[in-house]
Amino acid sequence: MGRLVPLCWLVAIGFALAGLYIGFFVAPTDRTQGDAYRIIFIHVPTAWMSMLLYLVMAFWAGIGWAFNARMASVVARSIAPTGAMFTFLALWTGAFWGKPTWGTWWVWDARLTTELILLFLYLGYISLVNAIDDRRRADQAGALLALVGSINVPIIYFSVIWWNTLHQGATISMTAAPKMADTMLTAMLLMTVACWAYAFAVVFTRARAMTLEREVHTDWVGDLVGRTAGGK
Amino acid sequence: MSQAHDQPAASAVSWWGVLGAVVARDLKLASRRRTDALLPLAFFVVAISLFPLGVGPEPRMLQDMGAGVVWVCALLAAMLSVTSLFALDLSDGSLEQMLLAPHNAVALALAKCLGHWLLTGLPLIVAAPLVGLSFGLSGPALLALVGGLLLGTPILSLLGALGAALTLGLRSSGMLVILIVLPLATPALIFGAGAVATVQSGQSAAGHFSLLGALLIVTALGAPAAIAAALRISTE
Repeated sequence: MGRLVPLCWLVAIGFALAGLYIGFFVAPTDRTQGDAYRIIFIHVPTAWMSMLLYLVMAFWAGIGWAFNARMASVVARSIAPTGAMFTFLALWTGAFWGKPTWGTWWVWDARLTTELILLFLYLGYISLVNAIDDRRRADQAGALLALVGSINVPIIYFSVIWWNTLHQGATISMTAAPKMADTMLTAMLLMTVACWAYAFAVVFTRARAMTLEREVHTDWVGDLVGRTAGGK
Repeated sequence: MSQAHDQPAASAVSWWGVLGAVVARDLKLASRRRTDALLPLAFFVVAISLFPLGVGPEPRMLQDMGAGVVWVCALLAAMLSVTSLFALDLSDGSLEQMLLAPHNAVALALAKCLGHWLLTGLPLIVAAPLVGLSFGLSGPALLALVGGLLLGTPILSLLGALGAALTLGLRSSGMLVILIVLPLATPALIFGAGAVATVQSGQSAAGHFSLLGALLIVTALGAPAAIAAALRISTE
């Protein structure tokens, strides 16, 4: 796992550079939105990751709870800050995109509200596991909350859509251009790969740190720390 | 605890017996501490009366936001009162005894929620038409408000109890419950306040009530088991 981290960083940086280059210099200017649409290359991949990572987190937390697999719980807890960051980035870039195109930073639109609630779910999970001192209890309570949240995500999603359609019509449509140019799609896919690789790198690193912290009383951690300390 | 396991008669208490006994116990405890029991209702009324003071007494605006304000305050009243739902039983040790007894923990969880709803949800529903009237809501709108609260406040009690069980005995459990539960409670809020808005615009709110009812059924089926699991995790 540790050996994969530099590779993941390499892929993340390489693909991000390629994706950003194609997105900002190669992809054509959009007819209706001008150059403002280019934030899509960050916005859409982060939004995808935010939703996917919540499900992955709930999955590993559930595995950790059901089979008492400590490593799975560690992975779940490592994913949470990254997922929250992607959710925040999706909202942030969305605000930057909304200002020039819709003329406002924020609308209580179905998608925006759902994403905001997703951020709250992440924050709730992180606060709960951090508030509980007992590690086992924190893992299990977090797992229960993450699973309940993952059941609730579709409910929240649909409730928000129905609520929105009652009050205001479809003032905002996510389809900027009828059909995406090939270069745009390429740039977006490259950025998605970069986000994946970044998530892997960060989660692995965090999981390693967390494991070392948890197993600090064991011999193998002592050996590891002694060796690196002696090596210096 | 060993005594409970040795007595086969104890497990003969039915599911409904556990439910009734725990609800009766919570009601009796509340009747001995009447001021405590009335606090959520007082909070509800005070919090609602702050809104006209804050946003101004424009009747048209108050009419539009009345239902939403009532719903948000009901949500907050439920979340603030729910922290003491298990905390007292935990501090005097009775919660552990109830979990150790060979009864169904799911029945215990459901009974706790039912007790909480009877003590906080029901008074709010009774008070809701009065505060709704002060916001200038019409008759049909008040009816939709009460109907929505009847279906919605049990959901708040169930979700709040889950948050309370997860945060049992933690330092800042009050704020945590609010942070954890509010995202989960948004559907109830949306459909509850939405029902009143639809009635106000002259349409039928049947769809909203159906969705609220469906939410209540799903929550009532799932939450007690989750609360029981959370109690076991927290008291382990």
